Amino acid sequence: MTSTTEPTEPLSVDQLSATTLLRFATAGSVDDGKSTLVGRLLHDSKSILTDQLEAVERASASRGQDTPDLALLTDGLRAEREQGITIDVAYRYFATARRRFILADTPGHVQYTRNMVTGASTADLAVVLVDARNGVIEQTRRHAAVAALLRVPHVVLAVNKMDLVEYKESVFAAIAEEFTAYASELGVPEITAIPISALAGDNVVDPSANMDWYGGPTVLEHLETVPVSHDLAHCHARLPVQYVIRPQTAEHPDYRGYAGQIAAGTFRVGDSVTVLPSGRTTKVAGIDLLGKPVNIAWTPQSVTLLLEDDLDVSRGDLLVPSKDAPPTTQDVEATVCHVADEPLTVGHRVLLKHGTRTVKAIVKDIPSRLTLDDLSMHPHPGRLVANDIGRVKIRTAEPLPLDAYADSRRTGAFILIDPADGTTLTAGMVGESFAAPQPVKDESDDDGWDF
Amino acid sequence: MTTVASVSEETESSPYALSHLDALESEAVHIFREVAGEFERPVILFSGGKDSIVMLHLALKAFAPAAVPFTLLHVDTGHNFPEVLEYRDRTVERHGLRLHVASVQDYIDRGVLRERPDGTRNPLQTLPLTERIQSERFDAVFGGGRRDEEKARAKERVFSLRDEFSQWDPRRQRPELWQLYNGRHAPGEHVRVFPLSNWTELDVWQYIAREGVELPDIYFAHEREVFQRSNMWLTAGEWGGPKDGETVEKRLVRYRTVGDMSCTGAVDSEATTLDAVITEIAASRLTERGATRADDKMSEAAMEDRKREGYF
Repeated sequence: MTSTTEPTEPLSVDQLSATTLLRFATAGSVDDGKSTLVGRLLHDSKSILTDQLEAVERASASRGQDTPDLALLTDGLRAEREQGITIDVAYRYFATARRRFILADTPGHVQYTRNMVTGASTADLAVVLVDARNGVIEQTRRHAAVAALLRVPHVVLAVNKMDLVEYKESVFAAIAEEFTAYASELGVPEITAIPISALAGDNVVDPSANMDWYGGPTVLEHLETVPVSHDLAHCHARLPVQYVIRPQTAEHPDYRGYAGQIAAGTFRVGDSVTVLPSGRTTKVAGIDLLGKPVNIAWTPQSVTLLLEDDLDVSRGDLLVPSKDAPPTTQDVEATVCHVADEPLTVGHRVLLKHGTRTVKAIVKDIPSRLTLDDLSMHPHPGRLVANDIGRVKIRTAEPLPLDAYADSRRTGAFILIDPADGTTLTAGMVGESFAAPQPVKDESDDDGWDF
Repeated sequence: MTTVASVSEETESSPYALSHLDALESEAVHIFREVAGEFERPVILFSGGKDSIVMLHLALKAFAPAAVPFTLLHVDTGHNFPEVLEYRDRTVERHGLRLHVASVQDYIDRGVLRERPDGTRNPLQTLPLTERIQSERFDAVFGGGRRDEEKARAKERVFSLRDEFSQWDPRRQRPELWQLYNGRHAPGEHVRVFPLSNWTELDVWQYIAREGVELPDIYFAHEREVFQRSNMWLTAGEWGGPKDGETVEKRLVRYRTVGDMSCTGAVDSEATTLDAVITEIAASRLTERGATRADDKMSEAAMEDRKREGYF
């Protein structure tokens, strides 16, 4: 279950515990062999257990298939099994001796952009799958754009079905070059291209004997070694306050701690901090890391901060370093993906959840809608429907301390909620859509999309 | 061929890399605190099984040094292991918590529910659970369900909306983006919350070992009178076994999951310590439920159907 080879020596408990966690997402369609790739990763890393494999074999046989269909491992709901499609994000779990993985498995068809956005929102890495025979197609560009939009730090291009192009290096090189040029232009910081055959098992878990010309890692090796922690020295420190802990017991008569998960950066005892939106300042008197005092804590640790002064701090406030506070504003400009079946329209009254704060808001303007296939922009669409990506301007009832999504994925993100029935309507990212290599022109120019 | 081992040296030695258990713990604590901040009447489903024990442990850590701001609810099938009930009551008392018990036996005695011919009471838990949620007006219900347990659960949200009949509609589930959980619900509706969504069975065991969490004895190898049914070792008892043709024998066994006696099987084991249990699980080629739970073997769509009705 936790080793890429049959363990001869059982792993010690310490060995099993000394791993890190990587969250990644896959994008690609059934036709690209995505289910086979996922099935292969699970199967070859020995993460599929006997009874799961037997269930797949039984189900495959009852459908008249003579080899186990690994895709069946990953289709959860009856509607999907009946229609042979994937209709939602499914989460899969596997582990090797080096790392634990959470895979957000998202369908790749055009109408499922929202699922890919959902899966990519928490991913450190995205695997974009292409068919070596087709190369970079519209859908590939769409997947690259979603990864860029969601600022996924690492992107892997898996060029699949290499067995069907005679394992030719030239085919792989041309696709890798085209994709890398495109994704770099969108600002994807790190791209790794790997030639694979998910069906035959080349370069998924084990190195391929058919592609001596390739000198890089297999997909699993890359997943095992890609860095998961970021250089925190250059991050803004942010702690959205979730809950105020006040025991009011004889043992702790005056304890008042501000509990939350550090959304970005690091906090140290002695730091000067500002409470937003009130703007009051104080110092960090202590940090409780789930019951044990520490001098320093960092994202994504859940902590309780103790402050030197008795300030009025409550759920929804944001604690930030005094020398590095974000501006507060009631006018939000953002790129959004609409995820609900009901459209989003200008004038729509909504709730906006940012960090731990939920405020009333109104959609003031929808300046443009973006087509991901070719990044063409459609000015003033008037509304966004499910799976649309667009720019919106929102006015909030209260000021919010907003970071640009480019600087902080957790404090630059928000969701819009329908006040009537609680539906999650829209996923929003504050600031510019893509990391632009050159300065972006003013948003009010409706003559084209800029990079 | 190339190796990329040199890359990992610098990754894993980063001072800011969290172990996977720390990352999962932090995420679960965030979920508990989010519910405490957004809901009026949350409750933790607590059976005395290992997943609910870990949930409670995480909740205690999330709010220390203050008390856990939730009550507990156990749906008692009437066929629970005495060791587990004893553990349940001791734990509740030790932490000064309040426990609600909804009893399947009461429903059978009142004639509202009927005993099934196979003696299994797991499916009978749904009605007592949902009625208690309504009568106590619980608006958030923590469950220990994990997405790795079963295919239908792989698509479950961390915050899973249920209507006033406690039904789960896969098409009404909200996309969950970033760590922005949406707990809005209409009066009468509630949200099931799964803080262990991203944990695997092995993670749970490793965490229990790391934290030194006490478990009921039946999780460790012990001698027990069992008989075989549907390829599982079941505990002999008044609930309905052994029947004709089934013979009782004494075996050294342990339980991987703990539920209703009628459908929770033991596995042959000599593991008497946590480390030995973890080593056995890490080497095991059967998933937890496949090895020990009859209720999941019913059909491809069994769990999906049961969830729709309001099951855990």
